[in-house]
Amino acid sequence: MFLDFFLKLKKSKIPVSLNEFLAFLKALELNFVQYDINKFYFLTRTCLIKDEKFIDKFDIIFGEYFQSIEKVEIEDVLKFLNLPSDWLQKLFDKKFSSEEIKKIKSLGDFDQLIKALKKRLMEQKNRHQGGNKWIGTLGTSPFGSYGYNPEGIRMGQHKSIHRKAVKVWDKRLFKDFDDNQTLDNRGFQVALKKLRQWARTGLHEEFHLEETIKETAKNGYLNIKTRKERENTIKILLFLDVGGSMDDHIMKVERLFNAAKNVFKNLNYFYFHNCLYEGVWKSNSRRWEERFSTEQIMRTYGKEYKCIFVGDAAMSPYEILMQGGGNEHFNDETGKVWLKRAINQWPSNLWINPNPEEYWESYHSTSIIKEIFNKRMVPLSVKGIKEGTKILTNTNFLG
Amino acid sequence: MEFSGTSDYVSTLDLTVAVNASINLERPLLVKGEPGTGKTELARQVASSLKLEIIEWNIKSTTKAQQGLYEYDAVSRLRDSQMGEKIEDISKYIKKGKIWNAFETKSKSVLLIDEIDKADIEFPNDLLQELDKMEFYVYETGQIIKADNRPIVIITSNNEKELPEAFLRRCFFHYIKFPEIETLKKIVNVHFPKIKKSLLDSALKAFFEIREVPGLKKKPSTSEALDWIKLLLIEDLDPSDLKINRNKLLPKLYGALIKNEQDIELFEQLAFMSKRNI
Repeated sequence: MFLDFFLKLKKSKIPVSLNEFLAFLKALELNFVQYDINKFYFLTRTCLIKDEKFIDKFDIIFGEYFQSIEKVEIEDVLKFLNLPSDWLQKLFDKKFSSEEIKKIKSLGDFDQLIKALKKRLMEQKNRHQGGNKWIGTLGTSPFGSYGYNPEGIRMGQHKSIHRKAVKVWDKRLFKDFDDNQTLDNRGFQVALKKLRQWARTGLHEEFHLEETIKETAKNGYLNIKTRKERENTIKILLFLDVGGSMDDHIMKVERLFNAAKNVFKNLNYFYFHNCLYEGVWKSNSRRWEERFSTEQIMRTYGKEYKCIFVGDAAMSPYEILMQGGGNEHFNDETGKVWLKRAINQWPSNLWINPNPEEYWESYHSTSIIKEIFNKRMVPLSVKGIKEGTKILTNTNFLG
Repeated sequence: MEFSGTSDYVSTLDLTVAVNASINLERPLLVKGEPGTGKTELARQVASSLKLEIIEWNIKSTTKAQQGLYEYDAVSRLRDSQMGEKIEDISKYIKKGKIWNAFETKSKSVLLIDEIDKADIEFPNDLLQELDKMEFYVYETGQIIKADNRPIVIITSNNEKELPEAFLRRCFFHYIKFPEIETLKKIVNVHFPKIKKSLLDSALKAFFEIREVPGLKKKPSTSEALDWIKLLLIEDLDPSDLKINRNKLLPKLYGALIKNEQDIELFEQLAFMSKRNI
């Protein structure tokens, strides 16, 4: 039951497990959402979806799936008319007045009975009204493979009262929560936190209970033991592109930067323009007076640093490939050479591009840089950062 | 056992379904949502409407999973031993945690694990078995503590950290969305039944306008709306006092709504810009 719905969710990469699916079936068995498609939708959602960012996807799939079920015709359902007798009785009570039932009973035959019922249901289809009370009452499980009550099935096709109700998921209230959109810096922080590397460093300041007990028991007098505190030891070196086309992305980059500052104690950053050359700077207002030599930075920050470039990689290809191609000064060596040096110096590296991924191909320079970085370029979205942290943690430099 | 909101708490259909599913299937319910949308309040209301005892466990960044089960006070025992006191009875030195308390109640109880995302990233993983089987093992005494009545577990999260998959798979999930204006009206009415309709309408209109302003660092939410309206009632303001105009983009007593100086600055800038555009 609903197995294909479950598989459809799986296929669209919503994380759902068999365990949850079974819980969902059990919830249906308990029967407390009978007769109400909205409740059914909410139940499905609460059982199967565990993160608001998947709700939108879920809404779409739910809509698709149950639309296709709506297309089942009454005739198809009536084919399955080996229905439990109490259910039929219930249906009869609702559909026919007591006189009518008497009349039908006088007909005697079960087939006649079914015919009458079918006729009544067809009539109602034509009058298309009153579909609200009747979303499936088949046995104990209201939404079985043919569990939609005929009336319920038609909901979407006609202007029934339920037409509106169906729209709960069609409204797609959770669209904003989709992972692909850029979130606030909390989202970045969460994504960046995956980069943390815990290690015990520094002074012996933490009380070590187990060791104290052990030592005390051994010696027979109270012997306090301490240990080093657990700290995040990851080191990050950030190169930020500023000016020019990057102005459009200032907000996003600022957020990333703030998030990174909060997460990492060991964070160093430098600015560059468009492409890395022999000099970078730390304060944008004094970019001409106060330059740091890139070479010196490479000597200062060891291979254990994770090196992240943030830039839109949108420039003229000459700025990367030609001597003197830089758009602000004459560079003796090409940008490519400098980028390669940086990559060699910091094996764990990444380029984060604030331009949406679909635009990358429109800039020749973007593909050149992506090539230089061995395809390690991710978009500046929460999803992209997540991907990026994976790349960075997988290329740990164990020195 | 069924929950359907209380006289003090408006529960939307989706929330009701989620709560009842988790009660009936005896699985924890994970509630997320913007701050101030009534996540913690939900647990209290479930408890009061079902007439159950509530046990609240507030999580901090230093909270360890073990503390919810029990804590073994080794230092006291050590001290006692040096004082020459009897220390054979280890259970004397075991302090029960909130989960243990919830397992021990005479009838069913509601266990609220508040703001689980504040704790370390691994915290939820350490509670998987305990919440699944509703039992745990006390190493020091060799006891197995099992829940006599499985508590209704409600867990809230502010989304500061992502929760581990294995943990999520075991919970039911509900995201409390910020209420639509009709629901919010109901909520306000529940709290302030005597409020005049005209005041309510204009207050909520102003409130939603503020929420719509792009670039706010912290959008005011339900609890802020309630605080603000309470102030309006105390000050006995008139609906006309809440009018927002070009020079004054924030309504009176906005301090209850906007709690961030950058946001106030934002409004000042907007007011300045609109003046310039006259």
